[in-house]
Amino acid sequence: MAKVLMKGNEAIGEAAIRAGCKNYFAYPITPQSEVAEYLAKRLPEEGGVFLQGESEVAVGYMIFGAAGAGERVMTTSSSPGISLMSEALSYIAAAQCPAVFVNIMRGGPGLGGILPSQGDYFQATKGGGHGDYHLLVLAPDGVQEAVEMTMQAFTLAEKYRNPVMILGDGLIGQMMEPVEFPDGLKTEPSNKDDWATNGMAHRKSKKRNLVKSLFLDPTALNDNNLALKAKYAQMKKEEVQYELVNADTDYQVLITSYGTMSRVCRTAIDMLKEEGIEVAMLRPKTLFPFPEKAVFDASGKESCQAVISIEMSMGQMVEDVERCVKGRLPVEFYGECGGDIPSPEKIIEIIKALL
Amino acid sequence: MAKAFSRPKALSGTHTHYCPGCTHGIVHRLVAEAIDDLGIQEKTVGIAPVGCAVLAYNYFDCDFQEAAHGRAPAMATGIKRVRPDLMVFTYQGDGDLASIGMGEIIHAANRGEKFTTIFINNAIYGMTGGQMAPTTMPGQRATTAPLGRDTAQTGMPIRMANLLAELVTPGYITRQAVLKPQQVNKAKKAIKQAFQYQMENRCFSFVEVISTCPTNWGMTPVDALKWAEDTLLPYYELGDYKVPE
Ligand SMILES: Cc1ncc(C[n+]2csc(CCOP(=O)(O)OP(=O)(O)O)c2C)c(N)n1
Ligand code: SF4
Repeated sequence: MAKVLMKGNEAIGEAAIRAGCKNYFAYPITPQSEVAEYLAKRLPEEGGVFLQGESEVAVGYMIFGAAGAGERVMTTSSSPGISLMSEALSYIAAAQCPAVFVNIMRGGPGLGGILPSQGDYFQATKGGGHGDYHLLVLAPDGVQEAVEMTMQAFTLAEKYRNPVMILGDGLIGQMMEPVEFPDGLKTEPSNKDDWATNGMAHRKSKKRNLVKSLFLDPTALNDNNLALKAKYAQMKKEEVQYELVNADTDYQVLITSYGTMSRVCRTAIDMLKEEGIEVAMLRPKTLFPFPEKAVFDASGKESCQAVISIEMSMGQMVEDVERCVKGRLPVEFYGECGGDIPSPEKIIEIIKALL
Repeated sequence: MAKAFSRPKALSGTHTHYCPGCTHGIVHRLVAEAIDDLGIQEKTVGIAPVGCAVLAYNYFDCDFQEAAHGRAPAMATGIKRVRPDLMVFTYQGDGDLASIGMGEIIHAANRGEKFTTIFINNAIYGMTGGQMAPTTMPGQRATTAPLGRDTAQTGMPIRMANLLAELVTPGYITRQAVLKPQQVNKAKKAIKQAFQYQMENRCFSFVEVISTCPTNWGMTPVDALKWAEDTLLPYYELGDYKVPE
C-alpha cells in the first residue's frame, strides 16, 4: 500500500478500524481529541459503534462491558483521563477481558499542561488502579509505529485477555508523518465463547458465562492473582520488544530512552559519531514487559562507562533501568517535563559531561 | 397434578445470602419470572452492582457481568451498543445508583440506552452496615447519621424516578413496591413491561422498587414492612412517572 500523510491521532483511529475494531467509546481531552473526531465520522461509515461517553469513568466501563460481551473495543485519552479510567483498568485486568487503551500523554501532575510528556510511565507500568495487575504497554516512537502497535494491540489483548495500553505522547498524536497501514495485521477475534457474556443462545451452550472480579474466598482470590501472575510471566517471555541503536560500536555511553524522546537521542548519537564519540541507545518498545535482559547485556559492554536514561519526565523509567543494570555501572538521569522537548544539542552536552 | 408454583428457570437455585425478611429475594424472583415469561433467558446479560446484590450472579441463571460501585449503567451501555440483540439489565441499590453512580444512570437514561434498570430503594446502605444513603429519610437513623438524617447538612432524600422522569428523552420510569402482595403483582407487571420495551427496542426503562432492610433498620421483618409503608411510601409515591408514547 502507498504511504499517506496523516496526523498521529487520526492514524491511530484508522489503524484500529483496519485491525478489525469496530467499537470505540471516548471522552474528549487534548492532545488526542482528533481520534474521537476522526472515528465519529469513520466508524458509522464502517457500520461500527462510536459513542462519546459522559466521563472517562463511564467510558472505562463502556469498554469493560463491550469487552466482556466479547467484542473488540478501544478508547483513547490523555493523562488526567487515564487517571479516571484507572478504576476500570483494575477491574478489567482482574476480570481478564481484552481491551485497548491509548494514552497520548500530556504534562502533569494535576491539570499540568497540554504539551507532550512522558510523565505517566509509573502509572502505565506499575499500576494506576489498585491491586496486583499489569497492563501490556507499547511505546511507539512515531506515527508509523503508533499505527503498527495499535493494530498489534488487539491481537495481544485477546491472546492474554488483558488490557493493552499504547503509551504515546502529545507529539506523536499531533505530528503528521507519512504512514503505511500494514496488510497483514488484520486478525480475526479469537474464540471467546468459553468466557464472554455474548448470550447463551449465541454460543449454543447450556453453561452461562460470568465476567467478574469479586473473589471473597481468600484461596480463590489468591488463585486469580496467581493466574494473572502467570500471564505476566508469559508476557515477559514472549512479548519483549526493543531496538538497539549504534550498539555494534565500542560505545562509551549507553542511553535508554523511549518514544518521542528517543528520536532526539538518535539525532544526538549521529552528531556525536561525527565528533568520534560513540554512544549507543537501547529503546524499549514494550515498557511492560520491560527489556530487562537487554538492558543488563547492553550495559555490560567493556567500553561502556555509564548508562543514562533520558526521558520527558522527572525520572521514572530510570528506576527500571537501574534495576536491570544491577549496580554494575553508574546510572544517570536527564529529563525535562514542561512540554519542551530537550534538543539534540542539550543531549550532547549532557553526554559529554559524563565522559 | 399440575405444579402451581415452582422456581423460575432463570433462577439458579443457589441459596441467597440475603437476611431474613429482606425483599431483595422477592425482586430477584420477579425479574426471573419476567425473563421466563418472555423467553429471553438465553440472550440476557445481567449486571450486578456493588451492595447486597453484588452476588446476584450466583442467583440468576444467565450470563452476568459485575460492575464497580455505581458503574453498571455505563457497563450496560457498552454491552448493549456493541450487541443490541442481547437483553441487558442492571440491578442496583440506592447507594450504588443514586450516590456514586448518579452520573452514569442519568446519562444512560438521557441517551435513551435500550436496557432495563431495576433499582432497589431501601433507604440505606445495606451491605456495608447501615450507612446513610442519598435516599435515607429525614430523621432516619443510620450509622453515619447517628442522630438521624439532618437535612440541613445533607439535603433531602433523592427521588430517582421523579428525577429521571424530568429528562426530555423518552423512557419508561416507574416506582413500585414489594411490601404487600398486590404491590408485588404490580411490580412484576412493571418489570415485565420494562423488558418488553427493551425487546421492542423502544426506550430506556427504570423500575424503582421500594424495599426493606430489616437488618440495618434494626426492625423485625414485619415491622420493616410497616415502617416502609408508613414512612417511605408517602415520600416515594408509587406509580408510573413516564411511559413511552
Ligand atoms: C468505589 C467503592 N466505594 C465504596 C464501596 C463500598 N460499598 C460497598 S456496598 C456499598 C453500599 C451499597 O449500598 P446500596 O447500593 O444501597 O445497596 P444495598 O447493600 O443496600 O442493597 C458501599 C459504599 C465500594 N465497594 N466501592
Ligand atoms: S443488609 Fe439489608 S439489604 Fe442487605 S441483605 Fe440484609 S436486609 Fe437485605
